[in-house]
Amino acid sequence: MDTVIELSGVVAVLGQFPALAGIDLAVQRGEIVLLQGPNGAGKTSLLRVCAGLLPIERGTGHVLGIDLATNREAIRSRVGLLGHANGLYLDLTVMQNMQFWASTVGATKSEVDSAMATMRIDGRLARVKASQLSAGQRRRCALASLIVRRAEIWLLDEPHAGLDAAGRDELDALLRSAVSSGATVVLASHERDRALGLATRTVTIDGGGAS
Amino acid sequence: MSSAASKRRVTIAVARKDLTIEWNSRILVNQVAPFAAIVMVLFAFALDNDGILQRVAPGLVWLATLFSMLVVIQRSFTVESADGALDALRVAGIDMGAIFAGKAIALMVQLFVLELLLVATAVVLYGVEMTLAGFCEAIVTLLVATVGLGSVGTLYGGLAAGARGRETLLPLLLLPVVAPVLIGATRATEAAFGSGGTTVSEGWPWIGLLLVFAVLFCAVGTVAFGPLVDE
Repeated sequence: MDTVIELSGVVAVLGQFPALAGIDLAVQRGEIVLLQGPNGAGKTSLLRVCAGLLPIERGTGHVLGIDLATNREAIRSRVGLLGHANGLYLDLTVMQNMQFWASTVGATKSEVDSAMATMRIDGRLARVKASQLSAGQRRRCALASLIVRRAEIWLLDEPHAGLDAAGRDELDALLRSAVSSGATVVLASHERDRALGLATRTVTIDGGGAS
Repeated sequence: MSSAASKRRVTIAVARKDLTIEWNSRILVNQVAPFAAIVMVLFAFALDNDGILQRVAPGLVWLATLFSMLVVIQRSFTVESADGALDALRVAGIDMGAIFAGKAIALMVQLFVLELLLVATAVVLYGVEMTLAGFCEAIVTLLVATVGLGSVGTLYGGLAAGARGRETLLPLLLLPVVAPVLIGATRATEAAFGSGGTTVSEGWPWIGLLLVFAVLFCAVGTVAFGPLVDE
């Protein structure tokens, strides 16, 4: 197994406040790692650091072998971060949203169709504007765009939020399938029981440090 | 696929996406264009003199364009921030220069349509008359000024997008910067309209100024848009 995320003593700052205070973390390819901790513990900041969005102030970090300190922009095209927002265009239909994402990364129509079928947003739903979708349907649409983008590491912040029971089961199956295809998943979730059943390992974050 | 091909693909995708959003929502047709037309009518009420209106018609067209442009730019970046889409593009490592180009092209298309409408309104409402040479000069002026306005508008729209109070911040930042376009486009359009006894040939140096502005802000926007949005 190779290490796809390797953080050592990483300190990150949001505004004037430390978001991560000397965190150490190593994630192997094919793992599903659950980040748990109270609100404000630094879970979202850790995901943003791993996505190359939040710069590190001190310490060393590598994601997919890329140095976070010197080349974090290069990481972005190889990881997929799904945060609290879904990143959809509300005035576009589901199909138009997916076609847009596909055209930005050069994905084929069959890849789009497959992703939409996997997340059950094909058929009649494909022609519905994103603004008219339920929260769960929007989440499924966002996850489908992540599939189309062929991310190697999936960084998911509360991925189960807004999904119904069937949608949660499908998401779990999708994540297991993605992992079996070579992807790695790091997720933060307050749905402890469900996430524990999914994760291969749990990391607790409190006060910006990991244990 | 080469980097240039990838950038071109993203540029086209973003431009098509923004125009599809406009097509789906009809904000330009149903809200911005009527707003621009109302501004032109209000100018006519305020001045209420055919001679003065014909003399100042070019300035009124471009002032109405600038006011309407603020609404279009706000809209262009509201759709990006409503569900974190611009952030998602940034997270996905999509080339920000290509995003800038795509958004600027979509904005230019919308502005050009709006400007044609405003010129037509000036012709009908203010009784402006143009020769064929004047008409050609007016079209060139619209095209070149639109490129400048579209690029600087996209740059400052992106800058203001993440800021608190962006609705009021954008006009404050943008209007002083586009003053050269207002001056150049108004003078060139005066020449095209023949306002105040000007001739068509007097407009071309002003179009040259507009061209310099357009090239400058296309280049600056392509380079600076990413870092500005990142901040």
